[in-house]
Amino acid sequence: MDEKQFLIEKVLAAKADIRQREVSDILSAIRHDTVTKPVVYIGSGTCGKVAGADKTLEAVNRYLEEKNLVAEIVQVGCIGICSYEPVVDIQLPGKARISFRNITHELVEPLLDDIFNSEVPAEHVFGQFNNSRHNRWENVPLIEELPFFKYQHRIVLANCGISNPDSLADYIARGGYQTYLKCIRNYTSEKICSVVDQSGLRGRGGGGYNTGQKWITAHNTVSDQKYLICNAAESDPGAFMDRAVIEGDPHLLLEGIAIAAYAVGATKAYIYVMDDYSQAFLMLNAAINQLKEYGFTGYNIFDSGIDLKVTLVRGPGAFVCGEETALINSIEGKRGMPRPKPPFPAIEGLFGKPTIVNNVETLANIPFILRHGPQRFNEIGTAEAKGTKVFAISGKAMITGLVEVPMGTKIKDIIFKIAGGVKDGKDFKAVQIGGPSGSCLPASKLDLPVGYESLWNEGAIIGSGGMIVMDEDTCMVDMAKFFMNFLQKESCGKCIPCREGTRRIHEILENITRRPTGESGFEVLERFKGIMQLAELAEVIKDTSLCGLGQTAPNPLMSAMKWFREEFEEHVFDRKCRAGVCKELRLFYIDVDKCTGCVACLRKCPVNAIVGQPRQPHFIIEEKCIGCGICFDVCKFVAVKLK
Amino acid sequence: MQATLDEIIGRYKAGSRESLLPLLQDIQIEYGYLNEEAILKVGQHIKLPSSKVYGIATFYDQFRFVQKGKFHFKVCRGTSCHMHGSSGILREVERALNIKEGQTTRDGRFSLEAVSCMGACGSAPVVNVNGEFRTAISIPDIARIIDLYRSTI
Repeated sequence: MDEKQFLIEKVLAAKADIRQREVSDILSAIRHDTVTKPVVYIGSGTCGKVAGADKTLEAVNRYLEEKNLVAEIVQVGCIGICSYEPVVDIQLPGKARISFRNITHELVEPLLDDIFNSEVPAEHVFGQFNNSRHNRWENVPLIEELPFFKYQHRIVLANCGISNPDSLADYIARGGYQTYLKCIRNYTSEKICSVVDQSGLRGRGGGGYNTGQKWITAHNTVSDQKYLICNAAESDPGAFMDRAVIEGDPHLLLEGIAIAAYAVGATKAYIYVMDDYSQAFLMLNAAINQLKEYGFTGYNIFDSGIDLKVTLVRGPGAFVCGEETALINSIEGKRGMPRPKPPFPAIEGLFGKPTIVNNVETLANIPFILRHGPQRFNEIGTAEAKGTKVFAISGKAMITGLVEVPMGTKIKDIIFKIAGGVKDGKDFKAVQIGGPSGSCLPASKLDLPVGYESLWNEGAIIGSGGMIVMDEDTCMVDMAKFFMNFLQKESCGKCIPCREGTRRIHEILENITRRPTGESGFEVLERFKGIMQLAELAEVIKDTSLCGLGQTAPNPLMSAMKWFREEFEEHVFDRKCRAGVCKELRLFYIDVDKCTGCVACLRKCPVNAIVGQPRQPHFIIEEKCIGCGICFDVCKFVAVKLK
Repeated sequence: MQATLDEIIGRYKAGSRESLLPLLQDIQIEYGYLNEEAILKVGQHIKLPSSKVYGIATFYDQFRFVQKGKFHFKVCRGTSCHMHGSSGILREVERALNIKEGQTTRDGRFSLEAVSCMGACGSAPVVNVNGEFRTAISIPDIARIIDLYRSTI
């Protein structure tokens, strides 16, 4: 009996009993709980590939061929610690699976030499998996006891980096799709909607609308055709949780989609993936084809009379398409511009039919809720926010990667306990939560618990869950300028406050970071006029924009002005940037005692602002200098200094 | 064998608006950019004015209207990369190649694009050349990287 037939007849059939000894043995072999030959797992998510996982894979293959060894190679997704990539796990028969970090291709040979002799190379090991059937390695910590994992609660990321994302059999062996079949066999669609409603799940994409309520609205709307759209248009800089879920556990998402489609009565589901996510796209495509093979999609699924067709849509790259109505327009082949709401998409959406748009993470929570009941989910989190949230930690954090914590966890704990604090021993300055239209929070606000209202009250949003850690070398004015530049480029141009306002704010911020020398009187006047109107302009944009992009666009600026006002004032009045990031504000001088007259800076200066004779101290003509800092970089004698 | 424009257009149903974007994407995959002929033909096929097709294509970041260079540089301008100094990296690449972002050098060897995030935030700043990632680079590395590609032509 082949694998597919076995799974369908013994595991997925209506009267299957997976507790039978021979069935559970085969399942544990599929899950790699018991292995008969060594297995090498290579973290091959996008973050792994960037770090060189492909070369590592080649090296492993070459090693096995040279030494004439038989081993299975499994390419897994990202386990969450992106800064440890490429991660290589090795599981010898009878021994626990053990993980190694930063295994670039030249390290493969010594690593495999050691491990096949049952020795653990101390340098790169970071943990082993806990499994009662396996003998543990000595002096190797358990993965779940590492600080990075200890404080996490993984529902969405449970199998990311652990199971084989290319294999539907692996997912089924871990209990997958049995919940979906339970739903279509035993539950009415009303029942599923109410279960999701009771669980208190709220949208994870940024809006935070109650998912169950949304479903009930769509379910109760009468129509000949309904649609479900999975929003994987993740294009915030610094957020990559959706991609990690798709690459690490695509079937979890697809099961969520299948259940959601049944609950609202949709027979067509679309997954809108950014075209840049080429690997995620390929993996989803392969996963959808597997579903077709097993009969989870198509007509009359498992004799239930239900139809489902899943279509992948390549998003052509626009930040605003993360907004649900803009996304619908984009699928219809129009410009991705938002529509006024109401009518809400749940009543009138794609092609004028009721449409549910849910984020990847929201849908990935659905199988858990239906499998364990709403109560289990309800117990996690706080009164206003249930369940867990995945955060993508990047910037100047010690460990960059993905963490999933229960709602209500303190921001401080995420940054310092899980991500290990700020790297290079620098001081923490701020954390930007919620992507480019989120807000920054200073050190004094780190005791806040993560959640919807708890952050909202402080002017911050949970957004899609990007968390960017900033250290003392970051300039808050520069960050605000960066975000405004991003938002003014991505503004779709439909409504005036957002289109014009974001551009004006960016201009004003450009003005205050412009070079102080050679400014005309009129320019100074414009600069001050702009600053005086900045806060008011931000309020207007917030109140009058059409969609979420515009309404939240001033957030990074307003929060930076609120918490780091003194830094703004320094830029405006003293014309100084304490972090030294705003390049144009830097004024240089040459220390005559240290300058040897080597002419290195004189030759490199792009505007000939440095004068001097060889072997004589040089001077900088301030009016000519553009503050590029090349002289500062080339000087070997530290004679060029910042004023 | 490169598929002709008519072949690609023939894969999609005439007059259906929702196939506009996939169609443009397919053409771009095949040719690397959208030329005037493609826009005109797609307009006829979808039954939309070509001005509208062009308008929609320019709305999205993905579509290009000039041929890519033999070596296509993508400089990440995501938040994490920005904090690690990617604005300087972009400026330096612009200076070294003597083109602005979105342009191709006159000899057609190099082109440059600034992208909003490549999702490799852990190894910032990141530059991607023809799909090959170069991580944690600094300004002095750029001249070396460009020379490496120059010498392979």
